[in-house]
Amino acid sequence: MADVTFIVDGKKLTAPAGTLLIDACRKAGIEIPAFCYYPGLSLQAACRMCVVRQEKVGKLQTACTTTVAEGQVFITESAEIAQARKATIELLLGNHPLDCPVCDAGGECELQDMTFKYGAGESLYTEAKQHREEQQWSPAVYYDRPRCILCYRCTRMCGEGMDVWALGVQNRGVRSVIAPNGGGQAGQSNSELDCEQCGMCIDVCPVGALTSGSYRYKTRPWEMNHVSTVCTHCADGCKVTLGVRQVNDGSEIVRADNRDKSGINGDFLCAKGRFGFDFVDSPERLTKPLVRNEAGDLEPATWEHALRVAATKLKEVRENKGGAAIGVIGSNQTTNEENYLLQKFARTVLNTNNIDHERTADYAAFASALAGHPGKAASLREAATAPAILLIGGNPTEEHPLLAWNLRTNVRLNRARLYIANSGEIKLERQATAVQHLSDDGYPALGAYLDLSNSAFSKAVLAEASLLVIFGQEYRGAQVASLVEWGLKRASVRFAYLGDYANSRGAADMGLLPNLLPGYVPVAEPGAFDAEYVGLSATAGKTQPEMFDAAAKGELGALLVMGANPVAKLGIDLIALNNTFVIVQDIFLTETAALADVVLPAASLYEKTGTVTNTYGDVQLTRKAADRAGVKPDFEILVRLAEAMDADVKRLVPFGKACTTADLGQSRGANSGEADRHSVWLAANSLEWKMSPFDPLAVLDEIERLVPGYALDRTNLFGGNDVATEPGFVPVSALAGPDLVVPAHDGLFTSGTLGRYSPALKALAQYQAAEVVETAVE
Amino acid sequence: MTLFSPRLAARLDALVEKYPLRRSALVPMLLYAQDEIGYISDAVVAEVAQRIGITELDVRNVATYYSMLRFKPAGKYNVQVCTNISCMLRGGYEIYERFKEELGIGHKGVTPDGLFSLEEVECIGVCCWAPAIQVNYDFHDELKPDLVPGIIDGYRGKAVAEAPHA
Repeated sequence: MADVTFIVDGKKLTAPAGTLLIDACRKAGIEIPAFCYYPGLSLQAACRMCVVRQEKVGKLQTACTTTVAEGQVFITESAEIAQARKATIELLLGNHPLDCPVCDAGGECELQDMTFKYGAGESLYTEAKQHREEQQWSPAVYYDRPRCILCYRCTRMCGEGMDVWALGVQNRGVRSVIAPNGGGQAGQSNSELDCEQCGMCIDVCPVGALTSGSYRYKTRPWEMNHVSTVCTHCADGCKVTLGVRQVNDGSEIVRADNRDKSGINGDFLCAKGRFGFDFVDSPERLTKPLVRNEAGDLEPATWEHALRVAATKLKEVRENKGGAAIGVIGSNQTTNEENYLLQKFARTVLNTNNIDHERTADYAAFASALAGHPGKAASLREAATAPAILLIGGNPTEEHPLLAWNLRTNVRLNRARLYIANSGEIKLERQATAVQHLSDDGYPALGAYLDLSNSAFSKAVLAEASLLVIFGQEYRGAQVASLVEWGLKRASVRFAYLGDYANSRGAADMGLLPNLLPGYVPVAEPGAFDAEYVGLSATAGKTQPEMFDAAAKGELGALLVMGANPVAKLGIDLIALNNTFVIVQDIFLTETAALADVVLPAASLYEKTGTVTNTYGDVQLTRKAADRAGVKPDFEILVRLAEAMDADVKRLVPFGKACTTADLGQSRGANSGEADRHSVWLAANSLEWKMSPFDPLAVLDEIERLVPGYALDRTNLFGGNDVATEPGFVPVSALAGPDLVVPAHDGLFTSGTLGRYSPALKALAQYQAAEVVETAVE
Repeated sequence: MTLFSPRLAARLDALVEKYPLRRSALVPMLLYAQDEIGYISDAVVAEVAQRIGITELDVRNVATYYSMLRFKPAGKYNVQVCTNISCMLRGGYEIYERFKEELGIGHKGVTPDGLFSLEEVECIGVCCWAPAIQVNYDFHDELKPDLVPGIIDGYRGKAVAEAPHA
């Protein structure tokens, strides 16, 4: 709409006609207080905090429902307005327990801040406060009724934002309470929450009424340091702010949220991102290297000993049987730098192309389909802004919660048109403009169906001027190619492909594949890699199943596994590895680690710096948040392993090139504060990072230099934003291998092997399973 | 399967189709259901939600707002005594006290035989003939405390007359 000019507190402001006054003011730096107003949700006008004086209007008006028009004059702060707000707060405090000293929200409470600002410290009320007991609604959500100020943020967030509608308001007036949807008894409020357990209600609560099972009464907000990093669970890669605190053996995570609304996900997080960080504190965590002794048992050892045993054996196998007798399996949850380094280590130190990972989507086929077509890969952000989306296969609500959130938001706020083609029924159909159900094997023929069928669905999709095509793991190999080919016939089209884990895309992009180097460069035509990778073989190596076949035949001398659990995932026969020396770097003693000869305790994604790439190709920076004594990042483990093998570490990690070679230990601080101070110092002295062989950012330089599609916008990346990669720059000769994709189909409360070590996620899964049974009985 | 009599079920069927939005029928449906069942039971909530196509939580959100909808059974005869200003000025509280005494129950109480329940209520719209009470849908106005036992006896008799013969 056209811009209008209006006056606020004597300042001339301009905004599109119809903008809410509160938004226009906030944009201009004029803070108008509000409890119930929440950007993106429907208007409630319940709290009366945002009242302002409008010229020629008799009563104070709520800024959250007033739309701006030409020539209006407003006053947002005056004695009259302060008095009105003070009176509102006095009413809100009428039954509020004022238990701020023990309240979770104390120190970061909007009611506390407003009371402070407007000075409603005295009350004229003499009535006794109404007290009601606190309720536990689910393992994740607690509700302290007297603290609630009935702003309705939670009910709207749950309903409109999440499309779950599990919260309501019951009773009337002073007896009103927020009520969950389950466990209702006649005459009583409900007391159980049957929902997706995302915790968004807790997040938006302006006071301490809704508190989380994992954080409540554990700390004071000001005792935490906050580190912004990336969630380690699904492939959407939400930015997550971890609240960390010092403990005896490092630094622990006590909370995860994204209240600063920065990054790709705004304030959104699902149950896994919000509550599934507790695996880092699992008592089952490996904190000491283990080496198999002569009796055949794994026993604790020093890092030096474990690395020496592993390095000696790797060297021996390489010398005696050649690199072809060594296998390397990478991870979907380690950083790009670690994945890159792993394959470089495999290819240049172990002299083998036998490198693979658990493939959950056919990214190689996707990259090869988009090769030579720059500008066609979609960021996750586009799902929130594209005018028309074709979602084929997949189940975003369960497996890609942020994508589902973006699609719902886009439909709700921008009236985007969502077209769904799926062989099953998915929850997002509730937001869809049109739905086409397919048979289980109907996916490959979808393009032809859309072109030829003349059905209402096809016509609607074809009539769209631009289309964002998001497709699931139902598509592999040639099917990906033909779907992309179908889409590329259109002038304006972008694609996204859905995989499973935090860095599955990064694992494929970084060349954890036997036939492809980083950036899907074929090993047979290594291009720029040829000059830098000494001893690179031009023959494709063994895939993961082939490695285990070779092991079963006694042909695999050594196997290095970094952050993966192939024994459980592939159902490997336990005796298959009897004649193979197995080295495992992992966080836990997984089924694979239990078979290993050397186990090296690794840091989780929350304990290291690096970058990860989500399934849409958006790269984000992870920062070290937690710390655990005894573990090392996989990056450091690999460098130490290479060094123990007498490899030239400087060839592996190009550190300390231009300036000083001093190791200033910048990535080792338990807190971001330490790292930040260090980076300030570096910048002040015109020095660069990457002065240590353990600094992953040195490898990021090499990735940017060598990997097609990874020319990253560093200003944004280091500013904490997501930056896009460009698969269009992948060499056209890129070839996809055999179809080894096995989708993990992790839902809202599962996260592969990692999820098994999260008590919070296990509790939620059990609780929701019981709720489903209960509902079915009813 | 329905909880309701065929007549009420048919009435509810018509009600949900009557408004542009199905959920507009919610409050009258709850009221009629309460008249027949006696109170808003969990089963009533479930059936009303299912008839309209909304969640049970939606039904509870609305139902709990209204003080005239109840979630526990009342007596066969629900005595509502007005104590708002007109009735109060003309002795509403004395009427209320007398009912408490005669029935041996207080506000929202139910007699052990389940015959009577008592409520102190806001204005029932009979100010010009205050003080007044409402028993189910019957009004009794211009009352004096001494008239209370007669009213109670009247309903006792009615209950006996209506009871199935043993």
